[in-house]
Amino acid sequence: MKNHFSLPTRIIKQLAGKRLLKRELPVNHQTYQSLTKLKLLHPIQPIIKKGFHYECQRCHNTKRSLFGMYPCSRCNQTHRYCRKCITMGRVSDCEKLYEWHGPEPNWPTHQQPCTWKGKLTIEQERAAKRIVTAIQLKEKEILIHAVCGSGKTEMLFQGITYALQLGMRLCIATPRSDVVRELFPRLKRAFQTVSIQALYGESRDKSGSAQLIIATTHQLLRYIHAFDVVIVDEIDAFPYHKDISLPIVTKRALKPSGTRIYLTATPRDDQKQRMKYQHLPHIFIAKRYHNHPLPVPQMKLTISLQKNLAHKQFPKSFLRWYFTREHSERQVLVFVPTIQIAEALKQTFTTLHSEIRSTFVHSKDPNREEKVDLFRKKKIDVLFTTTILERGVTFPAIDVAVLNAGHHVFDEAALVQIAGRAGRSPDDPDGDVIFFHDGKTNAMVQAIQAIKAMNKRGGFK
Amino acid sequence: MNDCLWCNQAIIYQPSWRHLFTFVERTTLCDDCQSELELLNGKRCVKCSRKSDMERCLDCQYWSEKLGKDPLTANISVYSYNERMREMIAKWKYRGDYELVYAFRPMFVKVFKNHFLTQLKNFIIVPIPLSEMRLHERGFNQADALARLLPYYQPSILKRLHSEKQAKKTRYERMQTKNPFKLVEPINKPVILVDDIYTTGTTLRHAARLLKNNGCPEVYGYTLVRG
Repeated sequence: MKNHFSLPTRIIKQLAGKRLLKRELPVNHQTYQSLTKLKLLHPIQPIIKKGFHYECQRCHNTKRSLFGMYPCSRCNQTHRYCRKCITMGRVSDCEKLYEWHGPEPNWPTHQQPCTWKGKLTIEQERAAKRIVTAIQLKEKEILIHAVCGSGKTEMLFQGITYALQLGMRLCIATPRSDVVRELFPRLKRAFQTVSIQALYGESRDKSGSAQLIIATTHQLLRYIHAFDVVIVDEIDAFPYHKDISLPIVTKRALKPSGTRIYLTATPRDDQKQRMKYQHLPHIFIAKRYHNHPLPVPQMKLTISLQKNLAHKQFPKSFLRWYFTREHSERQVLVFVPTIQIAEALKQTFTTLHSEIRSTFVHSKDPNREEKVDLFRKKKIDVLFTTTILERGVTFPAIDVAVLNAGHHVFDEAALVQIAGRAGRSPDDPDGDVIFFHDGKTNAMVQAIQAIKAMNKRGGFK
Repeated sequence: MNDCLWCNQAIIYQPSWRHLFTFVERTTLCDDCQSELELLNGKRCVKCSRKSDMERCLDCQYWSEKLGKDPLTANISVYSYNERMREMIAKWKYRGDYELVYAFRPMFVKVFKNHFLTQLKNFIIVPIPLSEMRLHERGFNQADALARLLPYYQPSILKRLHSEKQAKKTRYERMQTKNPFKLVEPINKPVILVDDIYTTGTTLRHAARLLKNNGCPEVYGYTLVRG
């Protein structure tokens, strides 16, 4: 059908590649009616029955307990609705979801989009080249396995540049909103002429109409066949690796001919398995960008650990380590398993040594960004944290301690990431990493083995 | 086995002989989430259920001064308004997660039986209505959802003409608002008004005054949360 109804390109860009509820459509009721009449907006059934279960067509949830019923006062019927994606607006039988079936907007081609002037190391160059080839050959997926602190973001720039030169639409997705907040300004600086938007739960601009989108993986629930390239950063992070619907949604957000690029420092078992049997093309970057090996963690057996933590005390071995460190000028990051312990230990630490500036952060802390910033500016000496700071943050010179490393929140990936916080700057490329435990766990042993193996592959003894 | 309505963790029951011989209602919240909710008990204002050492709290004294005769006999609330409750209400009411009402069911029904079924006879339950517009927006009325949990439920006999969100107003503004309700049919039995939150009591008193002016002998309030 001929499009004798003209919409501003701004609106088309907002609609293209989306799957939206009616109240999320950026048009008024009248335009909506004519668009559906012209079959430019295509309604789809929001919840469909598949065999013995139902499936939400937005988040692909099939779990029975995550569907609910409510008596609708609009049509006096009882409707099924999806409880899993309800924070993004209720998907129920009452309202259809809409897809844009009109013409694809023309995304601009950029001659020279990259304004970043840095230089890549040989290893980074190798990965960057591989990413460009993958986009060129329209490979389905590729995994970049690069050790912590190898400069993953910079490796992406050549690939992004290549895609933008061809006028492709890209998305950088990551499970954690902290990472989105960190990536957004960096990419804005690197690609100043390109339209870039950041989408996460609390982001103000939710239109999602830019050519380059940086989003949490949850935000991809609103997309379908939108991007030529989707880059998933930190693929092993929570909730991506625990949630079965997020990989489906990521795949759906991609055009059928598109490329998925995964970035991680600690692949999970299923990815390792697929790499081993060569079902998943991958490239391994073993060296950090400053060409120093990863610090290898040490284990410290502390029998009284549980008792001490229960009484909000520090184990003696921790205090001994703290005060006899070789580089006592370094700041210290202390990982603890729970929020309560983080707060309690900070309290104890201040009463013991009020001259040392210390504080705590956790996911429920409203001032968390501020405190991390203070730590980065070296205005705090000791930071007690839960696993929220395990990845995506860089502090120049720190020593790392894990109290109760045997706790189940510290799995192998978490411990490798935690160890990767130390020695990230070229000026101080080393750092102590100590696991305080009251009994080795497989996770600890495997994490240390993995780090040693990565160092070996990087050519260090 | 079922999942907790709030944290989606599986609830694991300790089987006992009781399960075999009697009907034990399924819990809908896990123990951790249940313990986050604060039941109202101990010393409370006899009028509005607020925790207070006085027999009547200052707010209720203000109301009886202002109105002369308070149309609302008493209000009973089940939970106090803490952080977790605020999150739950937000998800339930504003996001529209209807199922969460079943998380409140056990206590909401139990407290109702303790307070009302033993004292009153021949009463009717009236959920506070929403305006047409708001109802269309949300898809359901939260007060109606609560009333459905109770025995002797019937659709509301009140209508709401216009409504601005109470939550957006200051305390003084709320106490000064006009009566937004209209009565569909008059009743001559005691009435229990059901709503989700009692904050200043303005809404309940508007409805109560209207009912009383039209021949209703006594009006009680039953609310989930005392804000």
